[in-house]
Amino acid sequence: MIASLSLILLCQLVGEVAVRALAVPGPGPVVGLVLLLLLLLARDRFPALARGPLGNDGVESASRGMLANLSLLFVPAGVGVVQKLDLLAEHGVAILVILAVSVIVTLLATVATFVAASSMFAREEENP
Amino acid sequence: MSDNPFSLWVYLSQSPLLWLTVTLLTYAATDAVSLKTRRHPLANPVLHSLWIIGVFLLLTRTSYTTYFAGAQFVHFLLGPATVALAVPLYENRRRVAAAVLPMLVALAIGSLTAIVSVVLLARAFGLPRDIILSLAPKSVTAGVAMGISESLHADPSLTAVAVILTGIMGAIIVTPLMNFTGITDFRGRGFAAGIAAHGIGTARAFQVDEVAGVFAGIAMSLNALVTSLLVPLAVTYLLR
Repeated sequence: MIASLSLILLCQLVGEVAVRALAVPGPGPVVGLVLLLLLLLARDRFPALARGPLGNDGVESASRGMLANLSLLFVPAGVGVVQKLDLLAEHGVAILVILAVSVIVTLLATVATFVAASSMFAREEENP
Repeated sequence: MSDNPFSLWVYLSQSPLLWLTVTLLTYAATDAVSLKTRRHPLANPVLHSLWIIGVFLLLTRTSYTTYFAGAQFVHFLLGPATVALAVPLYENRRRVAAAVLPMLVALAIGSLTAIVSVVLLARAFGLPRDIILSLAPKSVTAGVAMGISESLHADPSLTAVAVILTGIMGAIIVTPLMNFTGITDFRGRGFAAGIAAHGIGTARAFQVDEVAGVFAGIAMSLNALVTSLLVPLAVTYLLR
């Protein structure tokens, strides 16, 4: 458990350091995600790696536990809305309408593109 | 026990313990309600936790800074949880590898739509420039969006609020909207939720279907990368 959490934190730490050292504008945790993924893939190739947090479902179960409660983690930032009540009183309706319309348009555009593209690429594979 | 109940309150309200407990308890209660309603979209636990805690802070005249001193321990876990997305990604790697091309196309279109639609709408509504800049990165996860907002000299705390509101609205609307369109490809449904509504959409996707959750997680991570590059470009072109 502790070893698994440490491995996750370590991946994030390396990610944050890498992002800062290379002065790229990307998010450190995403680099950490890629690192952990590479470790898991490397374990398939080199069974010797399957020990400690990488063995016996260690990092897997710690990650699943964290992801099962992913929405909890957004609560503290979201409560920040109490600081913006004056701004919301002034522009709140406009902001809510804009965000709602934008999220609907984005959902539809993304899913339509995904479905169209996947059937297009599937057809190309069938008759190349 | 203190002879003055007020001094007890003063102690408690300044310690991280109280606000951490309030955050976890409120979420545990709203999440239990969400489970009881078989994850009905309107019983979204983030939405209901926000207003309950918000009202509690206003009634007790507690500042957000004091609250956050306790709640930051939960907030901190956003980073590790992003890293943890590697696990479902790894477990579904074959499915993901088979869908790389459609994902990249959908990423480009979705990410652009998210930014351009919000900037154009905000301009049409005549919002001031600094608000438009703060809203522009609203479809990526909180930490990344706040960083983008800062680099544009906008208001990161307004960006955080826009991010959370976007996430909640996306999480509420995605299931009914997708059912309405009749699209049953859970890879695409999840991917759209992750692009439009970042981690809150991803959390919702995991509640509905594991494959949807995995694709939402990938979408959210890729979008964090793409949006940090696209927002500065988009605002330069659209807000001249």
